[in-house]
Amino acid sequence: MSELESRSPAAASSVVEPSDLIVTRRRHQSGGHTLEGYLASGGYEGLRLALERPPAAVQEEIKAASLLGRGGAGFPAGVKWGFCPPNVWPRYLVVNGDESEPGTYKDRLLMETDPHQLIEGCLIAAYAVGAAQCFLYVRGEMALAQERLAAALNESYEAGFLGRDICGSDFCLDIVLQPGAGAYIVGEETALIESLEGRRGMPRLKPPYFPAAVGLYGQPTIVNNVETLSNLPWIVCRGAEAFAAKGAPPSSGTRVFTVSGHVRTPGVFEVPFGVTTFREIIFDDHYAGGMRADYPLKAFIPGGASAPWFFEEHLDLPLDKAKVDDAGSMLGSGAIVVMDETTDVPRACHNLVRFFARESCGKCTPCREGTTWLEQVLERLLAGRGRPTDLDLLTDICDNISPGLSWPPKMTTICPLGPSAVSPIASALDRFRHEFEAYLPERSRRPSSLTAVAG
Amino acid sequence: MALDAPANPVVEFTLDGRAAAAAPGQLLIDACEQAGTYIPRFCYHPRMRSVGMCRMCLVEVDTGRGPALQPACMLSVSAGMIVETASPPVVKAQDGVLEFLLLNHPLDCPVCDKGGECPLQDQTMAFGPGESRFVEEKRHFAKPIPISDLVFLDRERCILCDRCTRFADEVAGEALIGFQNRGSHTQVNTFPDQPFDSYFSGNTVQICPVGALTARPYRFKARPWDLSETISTYPNAVGDRISVHASRNRILRIQGVDSDAVNWGWLSDRDRFSFEAVHSPERLTEPMGRSEDGELTPLSTSAALGAAAAALRAALDAHGPQSVALLGGAGLCAEDQYAWAKLAKGVLATDNVDACMGDGLAGETICALPRATIADACRPGGVVLLLSGDLREEFGTLYLRLRRSLMDGDAALLELTPLETSLSSLAACSLRVRPGDAARVVEALLETPRGERFAGIETKELAAASALLSERPLTVLLGRTSQAESAEAAERAAILLARAFPQAKFLPLLRRGAAVGALEMGLAPRLLPGRTTLAAAGDWYRRFWGAAPAEPGLDAAGILRAAVEGKIKVLILLGADPATDFPDRRLVEAALASVSTIIALDAFPTASSRRAHVLLPTATFGEREGTHVNVEGRATAVTRQVTPPAGVRVDWQVAAELADLLGFDLGLSSPRQIWEEAVRLSPLHAGVTWDGVRADLDGVLMPAAAPDAAAQDEAAKGEAPAELAGEAPADAVAAAASLPPSLRLADLELPEAPATPFDGYSFRLVADRTLYDKGTIVSHSPSLAGKAVPARLRLNPSDFERLAVGKDALVSVTSSSGAITVSAAPDERVPPAAAALALNTGGADPRDLISSEEPICEVRIVSSEL
Repeated sequence: MSELESRSPAAASSVVEPSDLIVTRRRHQSGGHTLEGYLASGGYEGLRLALERPPAAVQEEIKAASLLGRGGAGFPAGVKWGFCPPNVWPRYLVVNGDESEPGTYKDRLLMETDPHQLIEGCLIAAYAVGAAQCFLYVRGEMALAQERLAAALNESYEAGFLGRDICGSDFCLDIVLQPGAGAYIVGEETALIESLEGRRGMPRLKPPYFPAAVGLYGQPTIVNNVETLSNLPWIVCRGAEAFAAKGAPPSSGTRVFTVSGHVRTPGVFEVPFGVTTFREIIFDDHYAGGMRADYPLKAFIPGGASAPWFFEEHLDLPLDKAKVDDAGSMLGSGAIVVMDETTDVPRACHNLVRFFARESCGKCTPCREGTTWLEQVLERLLAGRGRPTDLDLLTDICDNISPGLSWPPKMTTICPLGPSAVSPIASALDRFRHEFEAYLPERSRRPSSLTAVAG
Repeated sequence: MALDAPANPVVEFTLDGRAAAAAPGQLLIDACEQAGTYIPRFCYHPRMRSVGMCRMCLVEVDTGRGPALQPACMLSVSAGMIVETASPPVVKAQDGVLEFLLLNHPLDCPVCDKGGECPLQDQTMAFGPGESRFVEEKRHFAKPIPISDLVFLDRERCILCDRCTRFADEVAGEALIGFQNRGSHTQVNTFPDQPFDSYFSGNTVQICPVGALTARPYRFKARPWDLSETISTYPNAVGDRISVHASRNRILRIQGVDSDAVNWGWLSDRDRFSFEAVHSPERLTEPMGRSEDGELTPLSTSAALGAAAAALRAALDAHGPQSVALLGGAGLCAEDQYAWAKLAKGVLATDNVDACMGDGLAGETICALPRATIADACRPGGVVLLLSGDLREEFGTLYLRLRRSLMDGDAALLELTPLETSLSSLAACSLRVRPGDAARVVEALLETPRGERFAGIETKELAAASALLSERPLTVLLGRTSQAESAEAAERAAILLARAFPQAKFLPLLRRGAAVGALEMGLAPRLLPGRTTLAAAGDWYRRFWGAAPAEPGLDAAGILRAAVEGKIKVLILLGADPATDFPDRRLVEAALASVSTIIALDAFPTASSRRAHVLLPTATFGEREGTHVNVEGRATAVTRQVTPPAGVRVDWQVAAELADLLGFDLGLSSPRQIWEEAVRLSPLHAGVTWDGVRADLDGVLMPAAAPDAAAQDEAAKGEAPAELAGEAPADAVAAAASLPPSLRLADLELPEAPATPFDGYSFRLVADRTLYDKGTIVSHSPSLAGKAVPARLRLNPSDFERLAVGKDALVSVTSSSGAITVSAAPDERVPPAAAALALNTGGADPRDLISSEEPICEVRIVSSEL
């Protein structure tokens, strides 16, 4: 049993009916990760149905389903597929399984418990966009996911679901499993492509390097998230309308969220997209079960460490892309990190910033130097050696990485990693400035009028 | 496409509120600079791929969706784009980037070699915040670590702009340095146990925007503001444009200058650091003569000149002009070459003159073949045929330019070489041609050979090469693949190609300095200045010079043979070292021993100048002024930066003074006046004025205004002749009417097909070259001298078994004319049945095996270990 399954809450599945679920419905099915188990529960049916239709029809179906990308940006997958320039071959499909956003572990669960669903999703996507080669890039640390995917790929090749002339059609696909080397930045699609090509994982500038136009080896490349692709078999089997009916279009279908932090039962929960609210997923017993020891909620991050923070007043927002965007944050990778009253906000900020500073690839100056500087200033502040000017300095460093501190962020960098480090500081300084001030040494907290007398 | 599209379409955009125009596809950063607005940058380099790393060039760009910060180095200008380069958000972003860059940058400017010419310093002054808010401890690395014999790396100063690493990977193709670690721990470094041993490492030092990379020869030598700087030309075959930096009468460094036509700013390390030789304590500074006991002893300049003149007079009187011969001159300026051509052919009336040491090609062939430029060779859609040695070893910057063109998929390379070269992996077709077979293989390419194989090459490979040839515009890089085979095969191959492909152009790759320029100034038998012949222009020059040789003379090999026969009494060496450079060692030794008087003009003691009877020290690179003519026939300026030591003469002055002592007035008084005389008399140089050459960084490509067929063809194609001097063309045409004609392809006779070699022995020798050898300049440059490694005999790995010798075993190599013992090394680049040995490396000498009488050098190899 994976560590995750043992960690997942017993209560979670008791209320939510398996029929409500799309991608995690085999999560508790014994042997669901094997081909036998997968076939027994309707596996590869979507592939068969897709192969009966022309690729364009499959692409249309997905477009109609409004399947928003589940990796972070939330861009409709069907629309993304359509960006490939016509008649440029070969095209590649790349699966982004480099899930590294702090607090996010849904893709790992999907790869560990239902690898065939992902493979079937790859097959359908590749068929729809015309890719003959697919690269499955899985984060280096996810040993079990890699093991299960490798086993599943072998099973699929043997059963004729991969390779040449799949299921008696003339469709061919090879999937290459590529383990990563442990870099957060490679979750960014252009950095992932660089890494796949054998280079240092550093993002490329878009434009001109939009993967759909100029991607892997300079060819049109579709990069999709694991959860996004895992939805495809279900959509092809049940249709776009059924998918849309699950959620609140355009936030269609279900979405898998991971709740972590100061809650009773942290875990992975698949909920109707755009319907369930933050209050429900954090407090309901069949989800995260409420605050640890009933401490009051202080803040929560709605969509991974990169997202600006939400507070009490945002609890009744539904988990809907547009509504969360409008409220000034994002659903991102679906990681909800809950902080209760006992949280020391400057320390939490320091923790998050340190992560981004360590994961900066080093390409763009503002991110490489700026995130480390933020970390150093916070470290000094926490050590009791802060200066009154440090709070404004923190804000200004943030401003030089992400001008205007607006949302969605403007960037002086190529990719959003630098601005990601800005989010927690901007949110925390805005709401909890007094906590930062409390770390300043006594002497420096005197009113400025008094310091002028000195000397 | 609209029919009325203008010839030069422009993209209009708005730059800081005013209208500006760019070429289609032009990068914003370049377009702004062209429009007069400099955008600060660190990582951007116009000769390399943009990476958008430093973020210094962020500007606000509005393409209709509102202004957004964009790196100007990654963005092509599009029509209607609105660009703000100094708006408050831009200024804030640039301030921010500079502050970030300076956080961990040590402020050791007072002891940093870059201080005073540092882009980081300059841009901080121009665009940056006044002070830092950074109070934490700066990042620390071990202070400068040597990453090669020549280059030091200071990682604390590095701002991670990716310029050096991109150069190493993308331009030089040797990714020996790269990024390690990530985030603020990112550093540039070499791989463990693998130094940054690149032929081109000095370029990374030049393009480093901070003082992170420094080169040993310049470290702590000077402050930039104390340097005087002039633009000059490095005297190599490509004619790399350089700037020479000197202080207190010493040259302290050389940097490449970005000439679009020539070197794009690059230099090979050998050329970049060879200035050290100028100040070598071993320089010859005193004229010398032989004392009674035969020792070289110092003389006054007048006594030395007098002795030389007396020897010349005696030889002329007793044995006639044919008893005087002149070798060398390839390393000189065009003015020196003209002066010596005039002295030898117009005063001494001898035609026994050769600037090449038996290592070149016949002067007539080079002058008559339609000449290509470097740009022709690199042009998109063209085919380049390589009939030469490895460009990387001998023509560094040409190698870099051609490599870039091949990498970009612009040109296609077809190699007909005895060994694999550094470009073979990028070649469309790379055929191994056995020494001596070049002409036969070209014949086979032009016809359709039957059978499975021809000259050891599979017929289908020949067919593929043949298809490539007929497809696209052809440029032939024509040189000598090996000194162990005669030049006739290459010459025959070239003439066959020129006749088969009338549009083909040829770049003559004579490696020695301005060797091509020397031929064009008449320093070759049967030639007179201006790519013309004694037969065609003898009378013309006789009118102006007073005399001209009565009969055609001998080339270097002929001169040496005549010397052995006692026919050459006086041998003048113009900076030439035949004892080291002539491929047939026995012949040259015998010849030097037979000549009664050797008059050597040289800056250094060499194997030849040590044997001189009269030795006149001459100026070197950096000490003389004049004009350099490269392999394309491009004239560029050579400027004087330092004063030569007392007693040292410039070569043209020696010619003038010798003439004077012989009772003739050469009428030459300064390089400028010499050039002007040459321009007046030579059909090639017509219209190329002294000032015109100096007005353009790219110099002037010759012939500039000569109304020959090639120029007319160019005009007919709608292309103006590439470069015109400032003179009115009408004058040039009028003057040209009475000038003798330059050589044309039709003037060339096809050399006899060399006899098919009889494979008496099992191996054919390839005598090739390496960048660092025991050449005079390298040996006298302390930073480079240690880089020459005694060569080993390179054999295909499979031949070791055939010979039953172990790797690194000592083998004895025997040819019909000599034998050597050398250690053998396996080398995949050498095909079976070939044996390669580099010339002049201080180890075993392939010249001991070579005979100038034989078209190829066959050798037998046996183990010499018991």
